[in-house]
Amino acid sequence: MSWIGKIARVGRMVEPAQDAPESAIAPPTGVTGSLQLRHVDSGSCNGCELEITGAFSPVYDAERFGARLVASPRHADGLLATGVVTHNMRQPLLNTFNAVPEPRVVIAVGDCACNGGVFSKGYGVAGTVGDVVPVDVEVPGCPPTPQQIITALRSVTGR
Amino acid sequence: MTTTISASHAAPALGEGPPAANRWTGGPTLSGGLTAVLGAIGLALGLSVIFGQPRHLQIDWLVPLVGVRLDLDPLGGIFIAATGAVAIAVGIYAIGYSKREHWGRFPLITLPLFVAGLLLVPAAGSVTTFLLAWELMAAASLVLVLSEHQREEVRCAGLFYAVMTQLGFVAILVALVVLSTAGAGDSFATIAANSDHLSSGTRNAVFLLTVLGFGSKAGLLPLHAWLPKAHPEAPSPVSALMSAAMVNMGIYGIIRIDLQILGQGHASPQWWGLTLMIVGAASAVFGVLQASVATDLKQLLAYSTTENMGLITLALGAAALLSSAGAPTVAAIALTAALLHLLSHASFKTLGFLAAGSVLAATGLRDLDKLGGLARRMPVTTVMFGIAALGASGLPLGAGFVSEWLLLQSLIHSPHDSNTLLALAMPLSVGAVALTTGLGIAAMVKAFGVGFLARPRSAAAEAAHEAPASMLAGMSLAAVACVVFAVAPIIFAPSLQRVLAVLPTVGGDAAGPQFSTILRLPGVAGSISPGLLAVALIITVLVALGLARWGVRHRPAPAVAPLWACGADALNSRMQYTATSFAEPLQRVFDDILRPDTNVEVTHFAESQYLVEKVTYQARMVDPVEQRFYTPVVLAVTTWAQLVRRAHTGSVHLYLAYGATGLLIVLLVAR
Repeated sequence: MSWIGKIARVGRMVEPAQDAPESAIAPPTGVTGSLQLRHVDSGSCNGCELEITGAFSPVYDAERFGARLVASPRHADGLLATGVVTHNMRQPLLNTFNAVPEPRVVIAVGDCACNGGVFSKGYGVAGTVGDVVPVDVEVPGCPPTPQQIITALRSVTGR
Repeated sequence: MTTTISASHAAPALGEGPPAANRWTGGPTLSGGLTAVLGAIGLALGLSVIFGQPRHLQIDWLVPLVGVRLDLDPLGGIFIAATGAVAIAVGIYAIGYSKREHWGRFPLITLPLFVAGLLLVPAAGSVTTFLLAWELMAAASLVLVLSEHQREEVRCAGLFYAVMTQLGFVAILVALVVLSTAGAGDSFATIAANSDHLSSGTRNAVFLLTVLGFGSKAGLLPLHAWLPKAHPEAPSPVSALMSAAMVNMGIYGIIRIDLQILGQGHASPQWWGLTLMIVGAASAVFGVLQASVATDLKQLLAYSTTENMGLITLALGAAALLSSAGAPTVAAIALTAALLHLLSHASFKTLGFLAAGSVLAATGLRDLDKLGGLARRMPVTTVMFGIAALGASGLPLGAGFVSEWLLLQSLIHSPHDSNTLLALAMPLSVGAVALTTGLGIAAMVKAFGVGFLARPRSAAAEAAHEAPASMLAGMSLAAVACVVFAVAPIIFAPSLQRVLAVLPTVGGDAAGPQFSTILRLPGVAGSISPGLLAVALIITVLVALGLARWGVRHRPAPAVAPLWACGADALNSRMQYTATSFAEPLQRVFDDILRPDTNVEVTHFAESQYLVEKVTYQARMVDPVEQRFYTPVVLAVTTWAQLVRRAHTGSVHLYLAYGATGLLIVLLVAR
């Protein structure tokens, strides 16, 4: 029963919840506290991915606010897009967006996704996420902190 | 397995196809028709014997000294009827198939001969007649296996088959000669009457030799190796006859010689039943394991034959063991299970091979990894194979369900209060049967799902067309038989009871399962109703469909979205499961038994060991029994032959010297 001992030793490690942010848009499913997201990396440097991993880790625990990452856009209520959109990833991003059932929400995470960031003039860049699909919520930062990501997610889940 | 090309594709390339002017145009119809007529005669004769009086026929002039003796009794009758029924379907199918594949004269002439041999084996009433009929069957089937002899693999399979079948024949020959000498007679009836006087040594020797000989014909472990070689390489109607009718003759031999003739008088020793059970269980599990990792459609079906013959042998062994342990009621259930499974296996395996044959004729492919998408292109064949696969997987509504259920019931309900052997053997057999059935479902799901559904994996599969009418007619007959076995096995109850009555030594005279709308097992708390089960299942499906319709009646019209291909533009056939990838987890789990021959080669760039230029992966499924058991034997025989060859220099003088020396030795010894 060593795991019980470990739990007792480690104790509560999750960051305390901050006050709920203002709602950015209504939850796409009409239900608060349930937001299933499919993550698409359309050309990111993986910095935002690390922070998203952190946001869903036990320390920040985004799932307690009702946001979840799912494996297929068919299961999702929206997209979590990171990075600039490269020429090669433009169509896959569109395909994934079209595969999400409506009504849907697109959250652009990071400076690159919002305005191109440091890669905006790159030869392989087709544009920002907003140039390809309609973006509902933007999370600035290079990369944004887990807390910022969670705040953005909570503004959609309504928790 | 490599891709194989059927004769119609290969023959023109090799330049050996018969010229159009020389072809025998009426041949296919005549040969197929004759086969079907022979089958119909066999079916009628078999049924008349089962329900009427036993018939005897003695033709003295046909074979010198002993003559030909035919004795028809219900046991032989049911095998004749089953063979006849298979031959009808195969004969009708062969009309279209042999036309499409441009068969030569040899196979066309031999096909009816083969069926005649198959019908004569269970009819034989004496040792001589039996052996003659057996050889007719073996030789005819060999000619048929070799009918596409232009291909190297066919010749190799033919040689393998010839050697194995003749070795089996030698075992049977020795056993029957010993039996007829000890039993003081040539006819089976005389031997059976005298079998009380046989010493236990003779009995045991005959038992072991016949299990070896008949086991090799039935494709039981470890003498199954010819089966997965010869069945795929033979033309499909022949595969169907071999797999659905010829292997049955091995089972017939075991029942006739070991359970009926040797069982007469006093009870057979318990280790006989146990031996049959062990061989049967090993064959069933091994066969189904190989079937579940096979990628060649016909090889998969051939391994499934080994599996089903194993189940039948297991049931026979259980019947023998139970009856010698004093539980005739349960033994009767096991025996019924064996006979019913034999019949239902004949129906679904005929259908399976015929459907595989029409796939082969349409695409030239047996490799499941290159098939797919046939459901749209060959809908009737797909439905037919689906029925066969359902039967082979032993699920409700499948032909094999009732017999496997009976077998499990007899194993579970065996009384083992004071008998340690029964208490050990029966639960282990239940495990073996359960594992076999489970893996069988995986194998059949693979064969049907990968082979027929989804998208075509090659251009040949894409260009497939439905088979001609006569082939579809042959398959439909077998399909009807499958459905009858699944839904109304009660039809076969009267004939099974008649057959059981001639096998009193294995509990045949005890009250067997009571077939009616509900199948009841006397003395055991078990009953089942296949017909009602089917009706209930159909009603459930209809109700579920109706509810689903009713539930969505107010919803808006559905939106049409493209298929999700993980972001890629479109799904293609390379993204599908293949037979190899479907079986990969199983192959991993049973790695110790299957011993796949895998080879991974990584080529690095010259500049750096960290950069990979290409990775080559090769996997080949080899039969582990064949590799460990046959290779040393073949090697030893070859070495010995090389040694003997040194004495054969071709010099006449040396041969004369051998003759003189030999004579001298004989004179000295016989002085």
